[in-house]
Amino acid sequence: MKAASPSSYDEMFTADGAVRPAYRGYNEWYAQQPADLLRRKGTEAEAFFRRTGITFNVYGSEDAEERLIPFDMVPRIITAHQWRRLSRGIEQRVRALNAFLHDLYHRQEIVRSGRLPARLLEKNPAFLPQMVGFTPPGGVYTHIVGIDLVRTGEDEFMVLEDNARTPSGVSYMLENRETMMAMFPELFTRVRVREVSDYPRRLARSLAACLPPAAKGHQPVVAVLTPGIYNSAYFEHAFLADQMGAELVEGSDLRIENGRIAMRTTQGYQPIDVLYRRVDDDYLDPLTFNPESQLGVSGIMDVYRAGGITIANAPGTGIADDKAIYSFMPEIVEFYTGEKPILQNVPTWRCSEPDALKYVLEHLSELVVKEVHGSGGYGMLIGPTSSKKEIAAFAAKLAARPHNYIAQPTLSLSTVPILSRAGLTPRHVDLRPFVLVSPAGIDITPGGLTRVALKKGSLVVNSSQGGGTKDSWVLDD
Amino acid sequence: MLGRSANGIFWLFRNLERAENTARLIEAGFRMALTREACDASDEWRSVIVTLGLRGLYEAKFGTDYAGPNVINFILRDKDNPGNVLTMCELARTNARMVRAGITREVWESVNDNWLRMRDLLARPVTETRLGDVLDSLRRQSTQVRGAMEGTMLRNEIYNFARIGSFIERADNTARILDVKYYVLLPSISYVGSSLDNVQWENVLRSLAGERAYRWLNAGRMEARGIAEFLILDSRFPRSLAFCYGKLRSNLEHLAREYGSETDAHAILREADCDLHSTTIDAIFEQGLHEYIAQFINRNTRLANQIQYDYRFID
Repeated sequence: MKAASPSSYDEMFTADGAVRPAYRGYNEWYAQQPADLLRRKGTEAEAFFRRTGITFNVYGSEDAEERLIPFDMVPRIITAHQWRRLSRGIEQRVRALNAFLHDLYHRQEIVRSGRLPARLLEKNPAFLPQMVGFTPPGGVYTHIVGIDLVRTGEDEFMVLEDNARTPSGVSYMLENRETMMAMFPELFTRVRVREVSDYPRRLARSLAACLPPAAKGHQPVVAVLTPGIYNSAYFEHAFLADQMGAELVEGSDLRIENGRIAMRTTQGYQPIDVLYRRVDDDYLDPLTFNPESQLGVSGIMDVYRAGGITIANAPGTGIADDKAIYSFMPEIVEFYTGEKPILQNVPTWRCSEPDALKYVLEHLSELVVKEVHGSGGYGMLIGPTSSKKEIAAFAAKLAARPHNYIAQPTLSLSTVPILSRAGLTPRHVDLRPFVLVSPAGIDITPGGLTRVALKKGSLVVNSSQGGGTKDSWVLDD
Repeated sequence: MLGRSANGIFWLFRNLERAENTARLIEAGFRMALTREACDASDEWRSVIVTLGLRGLYEAKFGTDYAGPNVINFILRDKDNPGNVLTMCELARTNARMVRAGITREVWESVNDNWLRMRDLLARPVTETRLGDVLDSLRRQSTQVRGAMEGTMLRNEIYNFARIGSFIERADNTARILDVKYYVLLPSISYVGSSLDNVQWENVLRSLAGERAYRWLNAGRMEARGIAEFLILDSRFPRSLAFCYGKLRSNLEHLAREYGSETDAHAILREADCDLHSTTIDAIFEQGLHEYIAQFINRNTRLANQIQYDYRFID
């Protein structure tokens, strides 16, 4: 067995090759498995994914309309103790995010107090003036949040990104567990792992707890709005609708009837109470936002503001994903909770600030530079793995529009072994826990989605850039 | 359920049914061609193409050369034929993805499996050696989907729309096969009992998976009128028009019960069903088999359109 590379923290092995406590149970089991059995299981898992259609579509790739996200069979394991601390930090952060969003769209106390520069909101397309002065049903902005965490040491978890807009990946969290249980049932009798399978039920309950004023006393009608079968996350949209027993609707199924958003059923139009939309703000309402959009419903924003429907997540929550706003999260958490943040941010330089920009330009080859509004690993520079030419080209873009970028140090992300031909080989990972918010409280599913960079030394875990996933375990006490 | 989902499930099952029936038609044609001289074989292949309504498209590409491998590949996988079997399987799968939230995992997996398998099998031209394997797979896959439906689906509106799709399509296919074969066989009807005649009629039965049942019921006698009666009026045979309409009646009744009211489609169905029950094979032949079938196909299409309208398949 191999010890991890000394430069980054390996979650399974210590630098001298000893197995860390979280992985003891797993390692005992692993040591008894013949190597070829595990490899065979790998092929089995891939066939299983293809048959069940757990695929995603890649934008801009012509040959493969549907691809599998590679699944690695070594679980990522978190102890009960570590998870307790993490969940306290996540809960605090999510509570702050919702309070922050409410404040941004109302009195903007945080701006008045001078803790957040007003320019971050001005001309920011993610800030929706249509939401000003409006409180969503139940006061909830982010019904579903994904917090991207990275780890650099035993107790050092940091937040890399907040996904308050429309976080995806939860179906992989659920299917990865199903796959592991189907392939290695005996492993789960040896190691006690906390359940994740009731996420869809909890999601349905959480959504139904935010009924709009117009909803009648009947059973709440929840629908999932998808851009359609060609969307990269369509599998997940269908999966969640199926698991929640909700209708999976497209824009063309919807229209306004009697001040409600109604879906065309075989028996006529039926009003929807809660719409879990997996369509971006921009495409939600052609009347209000992008007039070219075919994916949304004309006039839905008016219905929403009049109390005819709940939209989850609320329009305008994307402002919280903005990476310039992110750099203020420590202040934001403290401002709204009155507590010190439990989870730290990754140190961030705001290129809009002249001193920071100067530093960033001088140290590009060491830094990761991201677009403020970007996501999915697109449009970013990873200094250490870029050529001189790429860095020079990026420097020009950065100098021309500094306010469009933030920079972070290249973190030495923790590694977890993957199963390769040579046995266990360390690869860098991150973690996206999924959080549900309802008026009744904040509900965090134990674990989340672990993404893993499959290429040796790579730090990019995005599935669109060749990353894979792992089952993520939180151990039971 | 959503009108769009009803449409999706309806077409999912129409496409699967059509793919399966097409496989049977090719199988029967192939068998026929094997036992014939070359020119008779190409007559046989032409009748398969005509039955599928592909004559124009086919002749635009190959002229009147009805060579077996051309016909087989044209029907199964040729991009110049937009209704090729591979496309049907793909459409079925696309529809299944669209209604993924309305079908069970078993049904989805069997439809997806079918497509994955067909995609592999039809990736390259099908030779006569491989044909059996391909057709076998097609039939087996349809059986698998049906089994998954039967064993795992809730008997609700979704199930009924699926079944309605299957039986509308099946009735249409049976009627078309009968119609085309009848024309081919016209001259022979007066020679009932000749050996060529028997083989031809047996082939009609084979295309509809009915040769065994018919033989069993008729102690091996092949007779045009009897076969037509069997395929149109015998409600025990699962590919007969009467059987399909019996099923359609119960599926539509189920919808009326679930939704609390009947629609115009119910009226069309009642009329057609009543017709199938009150008529006799003698009356059909008196009217003219071709006329009777043309009328049937026409009304079947009308029924399908009315269902799509009544249940808001599209806006």
